[in-house]
Parts: sequence; C-alpha cells; structure tokens
Amino acid sequence: MFGYYMELALRSLRRSRALTALMILAIALGIGACMTTLTVLHVLSGDPLPGRSASLFYPQMDPRDMVGYAADQASPSQEFPRQLTWADGMSLLHSRRADRQALMVGGQVATQTADARMDAFVSSSRYTTADFFPMFETPFRYGRAWTSAEDDNRSRVAVLGSDLNDKLFQGQDSTGRVVRVDGHDLRVIGVLKPWRPVPHFFDLNVGAFSATDDVFIPLSTARDFLLRRAGGIQCWGKGSGDESTLESSECAWLQFWVQLDSPAKMTAYRQYLADYAAEQKAIGRFERPAHTRMLDVMGWLDHEEVVPGDVRLQVWLALAFFLVCLINTVGLMLAKFMRRSGEVGVRRALGASRASVFSQLLTEAGMIGLVGGVAGLLLSWLGLWLVRLQPVSYAALAHLDPMMLCATFAMAIGATVAAGVLPAWRACRITPALQLKSQ
Amino acid sequence: MQIKPILSALRRHKSGTILIALQIALTLAIVCNALFIVHERVDKVNRTTGLDETNLIAVSNDYVGAPEDFTPIMKTDLQTLRSLPGVVDAYVTNSYPLRQGGWSTGVQTDPDSTKQGISTALYFGDEHALKTLGVRLIAGRNFNAGEVVTVGRQQQPGTAQVIVTKALADKVFPDGNALGKVIYLAKGKPSTIIGIIEKLTTPWIQNDFVEGDYVTIMPVMFNSSFQQFLIRTQPGQQDAVFKAVPPALYASNRMRVLPEKVGIRKFEDVRRRAYDADRGMAILMSVVCGVLLAITAAGIVGLSSFWVGQRRKQIGVRRALGARRSDILSYFMTENFLIALVGVVVGVILAVGLSQWMFTHFEMKRLSLTYVAIGVVALLALGQAAVFAPALRASRVSPVEATRSV
Repeated sequence: MFGYYMELALRSLRRSRALTALMILAIALGIGACMTTLTVLHVLSGDPLPGRSASLFYPQMDPRDMVGYAADQASPSQEFPRQLTWADGMSLLHSRRADRQALMVGGQVATQTADARMDAFVSSSRYTTADFFPMFETPFRYGRAWTSAEDDNRSRVAVLGSDLNDKLFQGQDSTGRVVRVDGHDLRVIGVLKPWRPVPHFFDLNVGAFSATDDVFIPLSTARDFLLRRAGGIQCWGKGSGDESTLESSECAWLQFWVQLDSPAKMTAYRQYLADYAAEQKAIGRFERPAHTRMLDVMGWLDHEEVVPGDVRLQVWLALAFFLVCLINTVGLMLAKFMRRSGEVGVRRALGASRASVFSQLLTEAGMIGLVGGVAGLLLSWLGLWLVRLQPVSYAALAHLDPMMLCATFAMAIGATVAAGVLPAWRACRITPALQLKSQ
Repeated sequence: MQIKPILSALRRHKSGTILIALQIALTLAIVCNALFIVHERVDKVNRTTGLDETNLIAVSNDYVGAPEDFTPIMKTDLQTLRSLPGVVDAYVTNSYPLRQGGWSTGVQTDPDSTKQGISTALYFGDEHALKTLGVRLIAGRNFNAGEVVTVGRQQQPGTAQVIVTKALADKVFPDGNALGKVIYLAKGKPSTIIGIIEKLTTPWIQNDFVEGDYVTIMPVMFNSSFQQFLIRTQPGQQDAVFKAVPPALYASNRMRVLPEKVGIRKFEDVRRRAYDADRGMAILMSVVCGVLLAITAAGIVGLSSFWVGQRRKQIGVRRALGARRSDILSYFMTENFLIALVGVVVGVILAVGLSQWMFTHFEMKRLSLTYVAIGVVALLALGQAAVFAPALRASRVSPVEATRSV
C-alpha cells in the first residue's frame, strides 16, 4: 500500500511543479538555517573533556578588600575574582587535598630553535604545574610530562604542542633538544599529540575557543624568567601589577583546577576551601566575609556564558525562520490537498477509508520533507562552510557530525509530516457525495 | 467596496486565512526586530574613533631576546620609521583604538579615596602621539620630549603629566575646568591634566571595561618586548610605506617578530577586523529578512492562486451578473488587505514581545517604533504586490465560466 501511496504522491507532486518546488525550497531553507546554527551551538556548548569533566573543579574565593564590596555583591560576574592570587593558589596546590591539582596561567613567548636558523615567532604558552597533564589527560606523542620535583627545582624544561613541534622540529621526536623561549634555552621533554579541548575551559581569559597552547613550561621556571603573561589580572588594595612582585601582591592572575574522583572527596574539598577562606579572614588577610565557590567544568562554562550571545540569537532566529517556512508549507499543502477534493471524493466513494486517504496524503507530505531534508542538508553544508570562512575563533570547529546529520533528517521529515496533518485531515473529511455531485 | 461579502467568504476559508495572517504576523515580528539589529550593528560599525584613520599604519612588534632595557632599540626603531620616505610621523605605544586589547585603570581625584574610580583606558605615547593619531587638542598643550619617562613592567605608570579626552575630563570634573587639575591613576602618584583632546576611543568595541570614550594618554616609553608602532604617512604613500616598513625594521635589528596577520596592518584592516563579527551579523540578518519576505510573498501567491482557482465559477457568475473586471480585482486585493491587516496587528504585538524578550536575554536595546511602522507598511505592501498577479488572473475569468458545469 505504501508503495502505491508513494506513486500517487509522485504523480501529484509532478502535477503542480511550482507549488512543490516552493514547498521543498521553504523546508530546505528552514532546515538549512536551523542545522547550521544548531551545529555551531552544539559545537560551542559541548563538553571539552567528555567523561572527565564532572570530576574537574574550579575553586574560587574572594580575597579582595572592602572597596566596592556592595557593588560587587550585586553583580553576578563580580561576585568572585575570576582567578586566584599566587599566595592562595600556592597554598591550595601544596596542600594536595585533591586527587590532582594544577595552577596555571597563559602567556605569549617568542620561540625558535637553539641554532636560530629561522626567525623567532610568537607562540602561545602555558605556565603550569606537573598535574596539568595527567589531570586533563593530554595525549603524549613523545616523551613525558614533568614531575613535581622538576616544578620545585625550577627545571629548564618544556613540553611542546603538536603544531609547534611540527614547525620547529618538522614533527620529529624532539625530546632532548632545545627550544629557545624569549632568549632562554629549555630542554624539550615531551611532545603532545594534537589536542584541543573545546571550549578552552581551563583558561577562558585567553579566549574561550582559542587553540591549545603551543608550549608548556613549569610555572616556577616561567616566573624565574618573568615570561610574558596573558589573560588579565585583577588587583585591589595594596596590590599592584608589578610583574616582578606578583608573588607577593594582592592580585588575582592564576587559574587553579582540581580533580576530585568521588562525591565524598568533593564535599571534603568544599569544606577545606571554606575553612581555608575562614582562616584567611581570621588572620585578617581577607577582608570580605569568607565566601567560596567550586564549579565543575560544565558549571563553570555555563556561569561564564562562553557561548557568544550572537550565536544563541542566530539559533533563535533560525528557529523562527523555520517556523514561518513551516506555516507557509501548511498553507500551500492545504491549497494543494483541497484542490484535489474531486480525486479524494472519488477514492472515498470507491471504498477508501478516511484513514487510508489520510495516510496517503501524509505520505505525500513526508516525501516533501525527505526531499526538503536532503536539500536542507546541502544548504547546511554550505552554511557551515560560510561559517568556517568567518574570522571568528570557533570558525574551524564548525563541522556537521553524524548526530546532527541524523537530527537534520528527523527534523525535516517530522516537521513536514506534522505540517501535513491539518491539510490531510481537512482533505479526508470531504464528503464524497458532495464532490461527486458537483462533477 | 463591500467588506461584508468578503468577510463571509473568508469565514468559509478559515484555515487558509489564519495561516496567511499568522505567517504575516511572524514575518513582521522577525523582520522588524532583525532590521533593528542590522541598524544597531551598522551604527556600531560606523562609530568613529576620533583619530584620522586614513594614511595610518599599525605595527605589532615583539622583540626577541632578553635585554635589560628595550628603550634604546625602540628609539632606534622610531628613528628608522620616522626617516622612511613618505612617513609624516610615528610613535610607539601599548595600544590604540579598535585594537581589542589594552590597559584600563581607575581614576581618582582624591589620593586616599576608597571608592572605585571611573575606569579609563590607558595609552602610552610621546610628543609625536597626537600628530600621528591626528586627534585634535581642544585645550592645553601637547607633551614635550623632556616629559617622556621610561616605565618598566615592574612599575605602575603614573606620570606627572597626562592628556585626557574631553569625555573623561567632563566625567571626572562635571563642572568643567579639568585643565590643570590633578588626578591619580596609581596610588600616591599625582598626574596633572595638561591637555584635553576632542575624542579618542578605547581599544575595545564593547564597553566591557570602560563605559565611554574615557581615555588617558601618558608620556611613557614602556620597557617591554611587546610594542605597537603607529605610523602616519603622507597621502598616497600608504602602500609604499606599508611595503617598506618590515624590511626597514628587520634591517635595523633582526631580533624581532612581526606576528603573522597582525604584524603590520593598514588602519582600514584594523577597523575591518574589529567589526567583522558585527558586519557578519548584519549581513546575515539582512539575508534572512529578504528570504523571509520572499517566502511569505510566495506563500500568499500560492494560496491566493488556489482560492482564485476554486472560485472561478463564482467569479464567472459575478461577471455575468455585471461585475466589472476592476470589481473582481479589487475584491481579491481587499480580501488580502483585510487578512494582512489582522496579521499585522498580531505581528506588532509579537514584535514588541520579541523585542522585550531579547532585551532581557541578549542585553539589546528596545525596538524603536519606527521599525515597527516600516515593517507594517512593508508587509501590507508585500501582501498587495503578491496578490496582484492571482487577482489579475481572477479578473480575466470570462463570464462564460458561469455556464460551465466543471
């Protein structure tokens, strides 16, 4: 029966080509717009470390003085400084209360090989501590991460990102060789495979969708050389942004992440954090009421609203656009089905039940949806290609994945069939006798 | 024209009527909000920076190596740049308008204040800065060479003299007379306002850090490896200077990096890059509006054609009873106008609601009523234009149709 309905649908669609084309075009444009924007949203709001992000946390506290206290409390984005001070970061790091913990800050350095056979170029750097690598499960191609002992010894070592290793050492195993960073020689001990968590969750200050850093250097070593920092600093009271005295100043400029593998440890760490803040308040270092927060990766990304407002606005726009396209299709289908009242009357008079007329017409609607879906898919590819041409940091990430591909078809066919329900119902309610009489 | 028969005819086509009205309503709501966004973005993209943007080149430079003091190299570089043929003037700074990265700090008028001051953007420069930027000094004087001090990365800059924008001067000293007054940009370091410039914007295009055109220029040479040079060229010489700068800088000293893409840019490119996202959004919104209007028009054509086809016999009867072609034409035009009118009324409510929703969720301004009015007129006109062809076809139905049985 379904095959017969398909044949009938094809005949009917061929009969009024302009109308069919218009319906397919409307569905295709709507689907194309929706899938393009939804794919971008899907990519940008994804989990940077699936399966692992729920056990990673970002502890925050408020070590500021009372200046502007009321205003800060009123504004959710100012409730806590985004980062930690050196003093607090180091206390938390050395207390080792979490399963793993890493303190870090991003930066920029001029890099070249030791023989200086090519001009130096700017690379993005990350100054961090040993646990960074196992905690975020960075994949190593060659060599290893540095150890806490090397952190403590301010070792002159570096781990290279895949891109930088390709540029400096043509992708060879460069462990044991020397990379010159802002004029200082560091020994390469490890090279990562390509690794890019999206969003760049561990440091949103350098851009929520920035590529992963090119070179990783122990934080202690970077501070020895006063390597250039990037990503903002917030100072208060006696704090001053003097680069050389950042360790002792009242400025927040470091990110701190911990890994906590069980809910019990989570509770314990929250308590530890609260106790720490209370103690700092008691000794008079913190002036504001002791106040801490610990969000997991997804909670942190949500709080920081990493998905750009324009992207969300575009999704809503595309959905509204699709809705208009659907209403348009309902109208056109209604016209199309009602025009065939005569045909429906004959079929009904010859014994076809309402249900079979209804399903025949829905088959027709579904076919429009299928063709519209295919065309919409092509349009989304085109749309995503256009997005990739845009000069935004997430451009390169905009690709259709299998899940979104299936969603495209489900949405196209589902929406069109739903749009066909009203016209088909109206058409199958036609009284056969009336239609036959007027013939 | 009699409205009553039209209404009673419409009552027999409820679904179709509602669908067209709904489509018009939604289209209106989306289109006038989208056009409003386009308008806002275009306004933003066209915002002036206060500087003379033609014949200006920006160089982003990163010195390699770790000398104690970068200022000798910077001075040599400045000499190299200023002596290039076609160059009017040049200076070195930490940032400039539209660069999307820079410094901000709080302004205090009282050395012991515990309140958070007004945020100002901070630019470094020397006595060549104003001429290179092409900004107008409206009061006071420029820096002189002797006032320029070297500040290291270890210190908070707070020079004895500063030049501020009129916006900042008026904000900090609402009574006027900012010239000669003392402000504090770093604890314990008084700065006297020696000059006021007409306008200069902050490095950011969003007002995230600084709320208005609040800018302070300090006579500072910043001792750091990362520097921005701005170069003003003679008219017509921009291309030649653009090509000459990198080789000249590398010839003077190889120990530097001019980063890819942003190493050397004409100011037009700085502007284009700063507003890329906004321009993209404006184009996208315009395209969506266009397509949406086209689809709505096509939908009206489709449904009206169907109605005409369905009523051929009745049209024939009317024609046979003496109705003129123009009567038939105006019947369909009026019918569409009535439907569109209902759609537009619903659409205005939806548009205002949508704008309210975007106001709370996307920090946007409220829709101006001009856009609603434009949208209303546009959609009514669109409906009339779309229905014209089917109505014309209807008016050509011959009275003979009345006698045909099918």
